[in-house]
Amino acid sequence: MTEKLMKFSEAIKRFDPVFGLEVHVELNTNTKLFCPAHYEFGGEPNTELTPVSLGLPGSLPVINRQAVIDGVRLGLALHCHVNEWSQFARKNYFYPDMPRDYQISQADKPTNGEGYLDVELEDGSTFRVPIERAHIEDDAGKNTHIGGADGRIEGADYSLVDYNRAGVPLVEIVTKPVTGAGEKVAEIAGAYVREIRDIARALNVSNGKLEQGNMRADVNVSLRESPDAPLGTRSETKNVNSFRGIEKTIVYEIRRQAAILADGGQVLQETRHWDEAMQTTAGGRLKSDANDYRYFPDPDLAMVHITPEQVEELRATLPEMPLHRKHRLQKEWGLSDFEMRDVINAGALDLIDQTVQAGATASGARKWWLGEIMRESNAREVSLEELPITPQDVAEVEKMIVGGKLNNKLAKQTVEAVLKGEGRPGDIVEKHGWKVMNDDSAIEKAVDDALAVNSDVAAELKAGNMKPIGVIIGAVMRATHGQADAKVVSGLIIKKTRV
Amino acid sequence: MSQKSELVTLTAEQMSAKLRSGEISARELTQAELDVIGAAEPSIQAFLARSSEEALAQADAVDKRRAKGEELPDLAGVPVAVKDMIVTKGIETTAASKILKGWIPPYDATVVARMKRVGMPILGKTNLDEFAQGSSTENSAFHPTFNPWDTTRVPGGSGGGSASAVASFESPLALGTDTGGSIRQPAAFTGTVGVKPTYGHVSRYGAIAMASSLDQVGPCARTVTDAAMLYDVIAGYDDHDSTSLPGKLPSMAAAAVKGARRDLKGLRIGIVKEATGDGFEPEVNASFNEGVELLEGMGAEVKEMSFPNFLHGIRVYYVIMPAEVSSNLARYDGMRYGLRVMPPAGVPQTAANMMACTREAGFGPEVKRRIILGTYALSAGKYDEWYGKAQRVRTVMIQDFAKAFRDIDVLVCPTAPTSAFKLGEIQDPATMYRNDIATIPANLAGLPALSIPSGLDGSGMPTGFQIMAAQRHDDTAFTVASALESAFTEKWGAPIWTKMKTPWLDSMPEE
Repeated sequence: MTEKLMKFSEAIKRFDPVFGLEVHVELNTNTKLFCPAHYEFGGEPNTELTPVSLGLPGSLPVINRQAVIDGVRLGLALHCHVNEWSQFARKNYFYPDMPRDYQISQADKPTNGEGYLDVELEDGSTFRVPIERAHIEDDAGKNTHIGGADGRIEGADYSLVDYNRAGVPLVEIVTKPVTGAGEKVAEIAGAYVREIRDIARALNVSNGKLEQGNMRADVNVSLRESPDAPLGTRSETKNVNSFRGIEKTIVYEIRRQAAILADGGQVLQETRHWDEAMQTTAGGRLKSDANDYRYFPDPDLAMVHITPEQVEELRATLPEMPLHRKHRLQKEWGLSDFEMRDVINAGALDLIDQTVQAGATASGARKWWLGEIMRESNAREVSLEELPITPQDVAEVEKMIVGGKLNNKLAKQTVEAVLKGEGRPGDIVEKHGWKVMNDDSAIEKAVDDALAVNSDVAAELKAGNMKPIGVIIGAVMRATHGQADAKVVSGLIIKKTRV
Repeated sequence: MSQKSELVTLTAEQMSAKLRSGEISARELTQAELDVIGAAEPSIQAFLARSSEEALAQADAVDKRRAKGEELPDLAGVPVAVKDMIVTKGIETTAASKILKGWIPPYDATVVARMKRVGMPILGKTNLDEFAQGSSTENSAFHPTFNPWDTTRVPGGSGGGSASAVASFESPLALGTDTGGSIRQPAAFTGTVGVKPTYGHVSRYGAIAMASSLDQVGPCARTVTDAAMLYDVIAGYDDHDSTSLPGKLPSMAAAAVKGARRDLKGLRIGIVKEATGDGFEPEVNASFNEGVELLEGMGAEVKEMSFPNFLHGIRVYYVIMPAEVSSNLARYDGMRYGLRVMPPAGVPQTAANMMACTREAGFGPEVKRRIILGTYALSAGKYDEWYGKAQRVRTVMIQDFAKAFRDIDVLVCPTAPTSAFKLGEIQDPATMYRNDIATIPANLAGLPALSIPSGLDGSGMPTGFQIMAAQRHDDTAFTVASALESAFTEKWGAPIWTKMKTPWLDSMPEE
């Protein structure tokens, strides 16, 4: 079924879009939220279990202290008010991936209350996303549907359940309805989720890998006639697990709802899902058929008490926030907005920062990571981090250049050797006996030889046409196995050909 | 009576002494109990499963350690029966429900692990109302249990199996669970002692949840001291249960020994006015009043106290309990363990339909009734009116008790309004629920409460005397109970169980 869509630019002209996001961030505690079962992505199905995570009769949950600490730190980074008393509640619904047939979440007493996050847009402006709450809950297991066309339950022959993920701690960050975004609605949503990812990684509370399910979002979208009108009926697109998917979901829903409203129709309050293959959202169940979750405080768990003193202790552990750090480094490194964007897009911010901290200049560090090393990472189709070269290596090479031990050509050879896995730069340089030639008489002799062999070029130079000087430099460099300093060589050539 | 019969009618305390002196071995004692179980079960039906081999192996292990000269805990080698609401590694655990039939737990409840560590042989799993929901053990999905005093009568419930096993000498000790009186009311009906500890004193880890904010595991025994000894084994902080209370507990056995001196001078006792008189059988009241006189005779100051909210307890209970039941019993869905019933042909073979068919076939009518009640009480738009309001009344009751315990040390009342009724006699659920009217308040307030026998009524059936203490003052309840037990026994000339006919013991063959 193809749905009628309105052009995005027209939809934005006619309607005011409002969105909301529920971002689930999987914490990277070693153990689950309510039992000491270990969890790691990709484990053999149903091996990372205890009586508690399998919900066996008689088993009881015990709160993982580290998960609460991580949750509070994430909340603080999102400027949330941390509630002194919070409470876990049971969210009751039957589903095969839910071992107890209730999820332990938080209802009216979440650990983190209201907050906000400022996100930066392409044009350099800042948009504040208001946050309603950031609560802690446990994840469900994972169903795999076999035999269906696209891995969905519809049409499947049978389904398999893996409970390894059941009980893994999540923080669910819920925005208030985000208004005033206008045509930048998708960009704001994408930037917001990326910023949360960066923060979660900076805090080291989550691996933040969307492709491994560390983060996913439920996307709510509604339209209204004007910013003064009451909120329209929203759709909720569940479990979108890529940044692009989140952005595209918002655009698609705006176009779909605008077409419905323009035809005088009504948007259904329903849950939908993002179909990556079709690049559309598809209808799920109507909200009116939805579960009544019958929340009530979990009698197995005491209330969580976090004193104002503990909040301040945790606040003191927060690292510099990613956006602040980005601005600081851009200034320190003297980069333009475009140059900084290239650094960010290359995923080289941390590597360059570490290289600078290891003693390299910012321009030197950036040149290597975005040049030689980036080419290698593209060729090998691996991330910069996965290459066998470290910020310390790059800094060492840079220091050898500055110290006159390597020229650019030797430095490039050295980096190539490190990338081939030959070892650390110092060892490589020593092993190959690479060094910049400082023996002026030897270089002078090589220059004389080169001028003699290439007498026609020498004649041109003497006639004042300096264009073919490269021929002589190249010959000298070959003769000196690249160890001569090219600047010294060209100086000598000029001196000798000047009449 | 045969030699074997003499052995099994000893108290756990006496058994412990004979084991320590070497007069008997743990194997002899365990075998004697297994023989009684064999002889008594046809007429009592207290057990759902027997674990004879495990019990004898555990007994042998104790004998071996004792032979090596090891210093062993008091109850090492003293057998125990376990209510089938508590999980036992490797021994089928069903909660008396078809939905768990055949389930072999891969882990031990904390209380079971503690008894095993002490060296108590586990004789088997005792019968109960399905998922501990009932007051007569007639709701067991498998079979009823009969009252050893009169096998045409119920043993009470839900822990009728544990109470009857102890009363009939099948076991000196048993574990029960008490959510609204499931240890104490059966104790009253079978002339035994049943203790519901302070909420949080005994770990619930491995006790199958009925209503988590009310459930508590406790001992069943024939004497107060025996119950106290078992209490000391199972109680204490457990980091597997978040509602477990930290801190070292005093010895309840020592508190019981202290009570046996029968000096209650200065002790302040309150009688719950609302739980005497109307609605309680005259003979129940009469034996209760005898108990009060005995307490006064030992120097206690007794006064009547009014708790206008006491009888609201049952209304509060029948909102909170089903609400928690509806959530706790959700996990029995056929996905992971226990019964699975596939939808009939022609019905889509989906997970949701399988869950529905499994639960339809697996749960009995009382369990379904409570799940429906609880689902309603928690549903959108009904929560404040039902669950929310019930929790507020519960808070008021807790405050009433806390205030009362500033002026008194213990509260007393009859354990149940009647003695044991006949099987099949009560059909109406609401009438059945009234059995727990005097026991429920202690669960709602988390108080320690116990029941001891207060005599026999005109039909020769035991009645129960309930003692409640302030939170964490379980030792006070034990001291008072022990004093009263001693006074009653002196008055009767012998322990109450000597009045019981035990044809299964008399007919036991000697080898």
